[in-house]
Amino acid sequence: MARAGLGRPALLLVLVGCAVLLVPVLNRLVPEGSAFHLEDRLVPLFGKYLAYAVLAVALDLVWGRAGILSLGHGAFFALGGYAMGMYLMRQIGPRGVYAHPVLPDFMVFLNWQELPWYWYGFDRFPFALAMVVLVPGALGFVFGWLAFRSRVSGVYLSIITQALTYALMLAFFRNDMGFGGNNGLTDFKDILGFPIASPDTRLGLYLATGVLLLLALAVAIHLRRSPLGRLLVAIRDGEARARFLGHDTLRAKLFVWTLSAVLAGLAGALYVPQVGIINPSEFSPAASIEIAIWVAVGGRDTILGPVLGAFLVNGMKTWLTGAAPELWLFVLGGLFVLVTLVLPKGLVGIVELLPRRRAPAAEPAPRPAEATGG
Amino acid sequence: MRLLLVLLALLAAIAAPPARAQDEAAAREALAVLAAGNLDAMEPAIGTIARSGVPWAEPVLRGLLDGRLLARQADRAVFLRTPEGAILEVASGAPAEVEARALRPIRINNRLRRTLEGALGSLTLASPDRTVRLAAAEKLFARPDPSALEPLEAALAREADPAVRAAFARARAAVLLDHGEPGARAEAATGLAESPSPAVLGKLQAARRALPADVDPATVAALDAAIARVETRLRLLEFAQTFFQGVSLGSVLLLAAIGLAVTFGVMGVINMAHGEMVMLGAYATWAVQQAFRAFLPGALDWSLLAAAPAAFLLAGAAGWAIERGVISRLYGRPLETLLATFGISLILQQAVRLGIGATNREVVTPSWMSGFVEPVPGLALTTNRIVIVLFAVAVFLLLLALVRATRLGLEIRAVTQNRRMAETMGIRTPRVDALTFALGSGIAGIGGVALSQIDNVSPNLGQSYIVDSFIVVVFGGVGNLWGTFLGALTLGVVNKLLEPVAGAVLGKILVLLALILFIQRRPQGLFALRGRAAEA
Amino acid sequence: MAETPRTLPGGRLLEPQILLYLDGVTVSFDGFKALDSLSLVLEEGELRTIIGPNGAGKTTMMDVITGKTRPDSGTVLFQGGIDLLSLDETAIARLGIGRKFQKPTVFDRLTVAENLELAIQGGWSLARLLAGRLEAAAEERIERTLETVGLAELRAEEAGRLSHGQRQWLEIGMLLVQEPRLVLLDEPVAGMSDAETAKTAELIHRLEGRHTLVVVEHDMHFVRELGAKVTVLHEGRVLAEGPVDAVQSDPAVVEVYLGRS
Repeated sequence: MARAGLGRPALLLVLVGCAVLLVPVLNRLVPEGSAFHLEDRLVPLFGKYLAYAVLAVALDLVWGRAGILSLGHGAFFALGGYAMGMYLMRQIGPRGVYAHPVLPDFMVFLNWQELPWYWYGFDRFPFALAMVVLVPGALGFVFGWLAFRSRVSGVYLSIITQALTYALMLAFFRNDMGFGGNNGLTDFKDILGFPIASPDTRLGLYLATGVLLLLALAVAIHLRRSPLGRLLVAIRDGEARARFLGHDTLRAKLFVWTLSAVLAGLAGALYVPQVGIINPSEFSPAASIEIAIWVAVGGRDTILGPVLGAFLVNGMKTWLTGAAPELWLFVLGGLFVLVTLVLPKGLVGIVELLPRRRAPAAEPAPRPAEATGG
Repeated sequence: MRLLLVLLALLAAIAAPPARAQDEAAAREALAVLAAGNLDAMEPAIGTIARSGVPWAEPVLRGLLDGRLLARQADRAVFLRTPEGAILEVASGAPAEVEARALRPIRINNRLRRTLEGALGSLTLASPDRTVRLAAAEKLFARPDPSALEPLEAALAREADPAVRAAFARARAAVLLDHGEPGARAEAATGLAESPSPAVLGKLQAARRALPADVDPATVAALDAAIARVETRLRLLEFAQTFFQGVSLGSVLLLAAIGLAVTFGVMGVINMAHGEMVMLGAYATWAVQQAFRAFLPGALDWSLLAAAPAAFLLAGAAGWAIERGVISRLYGRPLETLLATFGISLILQQAVRLGIGATNREVVTPSWMSGFVEPVPGLALTTNRIVIVLFAVAVFLLLLALVRATRLGLEIRAVTQNRRMAETMGIRTPRVDALTFALGSGIAGIGGVALSQIDNVSPNLGQSYIVDSFIVVVFGGVGNLWGTFLGALTLGVVNKLLEPVAGAVLGKILVLLALILFIQRRPQGLFALRGRAAEA
Repeated sequence: MAETPRTLPGGRLLEPQILLYLDGVTVSFDGFKALDSLSLVLEEGELRTIIGPNGAGKTTMMDVITGKTRPDSGTVLFQGGIDLLSLDETAIARLGIGRKFQKPTVFDRLTVAENLELAIQGGWSLARLLAGRLEAAAEERIERTLETVGLAELRAEEAGRLSHGQRQWLEIGMLLVQEPRLVLLDEPVAGMSDAETAKTAELIHRLEGRHTLVVVEHDMHFVRELGAKVTVLHEGRVLAEGPVDAVQSDPAVVEVYLGRS
């Protein structure tokens, strides 16, 4: 539990903001010959980490705060990504391999004659942006409403979120869904008129993701300090009790769940133009479980933990899959075991434990009450 | 030339020697016609030989068809070359003393080839060999030849073997269906409808299309009725086939899921590495088979029997280690347990990938498990699937007996129903947890033995079954073995029934969505919350 | 809301001074009757103790009143004839029925004051939960409650660090801060030291008159200390009802309950 003073959350935001600015500074202001210069090609890599960090913050809102472990957050991320990908596909226009004025290449390849109805509107950025928010948000809302209303919780909820993303993965693998099947959406040309591969656009996308991360953190900080944030902790530790106090726990959970889904969708939308592709593997259950390990490594229910975890784990992944690819899965698997066994509060938990060691209250160790039926 | 022949034939008829000798003479005449090589004259000659009843008719006609009937240019004498190259006298079948260079094969055209095939078909109908007669009937059924009708009816009249009789009757019906009078066609259609198959359906539909426009309505009605009848029967057979496939899939799911049901039911923890226990079992099967190949090649067929205990022990030991090393330390934290076991599954997969290899390992199907059984005509069930169904049921019953009738079973039930009470009664719950986990994992390993017979043995094997296993356990109700049993079979059958309607992938999506909605409807009924989850 | 008095099975109207009315309530679990057509009437402002051996149905009765368990049959009415059986737990809590569980279930990760705030915010809208603050009146109520339950000095302490007795008092405080019409206390002194038990009795006496209280207990010493009207439950039915002394000398009660100890 972070019981910070008034200044601390603002300080954290400034800290993260400075860290985000490090990349453009090293890339643009440090001369190319310098050892500290950051190459252009690495900018989108850090942009990707930032998108992952937003995703981790989104998952931490529901898992760390409210105790709802979603193993399907990749689905919201991917849906946001697909909505953005559809906009980027429509931007290609007649520059595709088959030079069709409207249809994306994969549709021409499948001999489709016209654009499916759900692709309409995606040629306009505001519409696509609205979809980035609405589609994951609506799915999250409906799914959450169904699940929370019937009081599905704990591991059962985790399992059905996994089933959800698995079902979506199978669906998006199908060619006749009209989302490019196996290959997904790729070969993007430009975004809002800027060429997508140019260093300037990439830096712009990086900064946009940085702003999104700061916004997500601001939301998370506000939530933690609001009565709702305390209610979510109460729901996590004793939902029935919170209900007896007169709280509508369904509404509170549904709100934070939908908010988290929307954040994940936005992260996905900024992820896609930076990596240049979106395909159904983003829906895979394993990808969703990985998000949980970022959060766990950094520290659940902390402000910085998810961000730190997303950068550390993914940085390690980038490095190891290049240096010793056969070791990566051992390391990842080991992280899952180690963090849950040894570091339940993550890295931030270690730091937070250090400074404050309070004397316990007069009579410690509460005696367990007799559990007898009356 | 032809005139001469006709004259000779007339002479022969007038002379009227005993029938047999007369036929023999005619056949010899016809042989000479063949040697002459006039394609038009050859057709009636082939018929003469076929009808003559001479013992050499069949080899000669077959030789002609295969280009092994040779004529000597000089005197138009005819010889037969065996497929091995020996040259024989036609009549006696004895080796002929003849200069091979003087012989030329008698050439035929496609029309003659068809004539020959028809003639040979009716000839083989009379063969003393039962399988040859059956094959001839099948051939006639597939390609009905009106000229074969007469010999077919004759053969039918003297046939004693009921199976061959049925085949002859079907062949006759097929001929009549294509070439008979309308009344005969109707009768033939009704008869054929008694032995439904896709081939029969195709024939009936073709015959229905071929009916002339002015044919009487009764015939049309008879054909339509026959088609409808066959279609219904075929649908039934198809349903039975699909149902069996569903049961077979269900039994595989059962093997994968009962172990999960045990661990989930007793301990309330989800073991994400459960699929890897199945994978370990499959690799144990492969390893045992390799060992048999090396040391006991004679008993290779029975290596599966040795693999079952090996797989149980290997997976069980792995499960025990996981419980002691990780899960027992995460008591009361089900979500963390889920994540930690997922990590273990990654490690196990990668270890196998690096240690044994990422490519598929082949586990040979023993001879006693190959082939198929046909309980009803048209319904072929593969033996290995049947064995797996029986095996799954046997494992299930064994587990049921173990839970009902042993001390460990009693303790497991006690801990499932009320952990705290069990503790106060002196049951060592940590030991029960570890043993339960080992048991559940061991059963998953046994499931791997069965899966090695129908799926690729690869490091990813477990992943393909884990989601389905969860669905089964959730459908069936936690801590309820019979529920798991019914859940697995239902899910298998539903999956397979949906497949033809919606396609495999869409079917799976529908099942997953149904699960998500099903949980909304009956969360309490499905999740009889017990064990750790209830206390957490 | 049904504010008009309901007609009772006997044809009588629910009298205005009656706060809680249970009639013919039956609950069975797998064939075992936890409550067997239980009837109970509670007047506004009353302090009632309910005793009974284990399995007598005390907790099940609380579960029925608070909406956690649905009875197989019977009537449960709150003041003004509100049918509690048609409401869920949240709605019942908002009517002003507060319950303290056997096991203390304060939120360990929140401070004492935060626990009370959370209790006062029950029924707040989402927007208010997100952006709202406590009004001065509510702050004052929290202060008063902290004083009443004797935890004013520990307001900033995490609830997880409190002693067993302190946790029980905090939980009672969480009920009081909601200003309930009816307070249900399930074994408030279970596991408490003698000093804590005495303090709790004192606390309950302080509340008497301000709230209608139902105390479920099987510590007879504590029940005597409260000196209130007693209802004895046995096998899901009311065995006896009356002042402590009268109940204690009732031979049927002695037989099934007091005779044991």
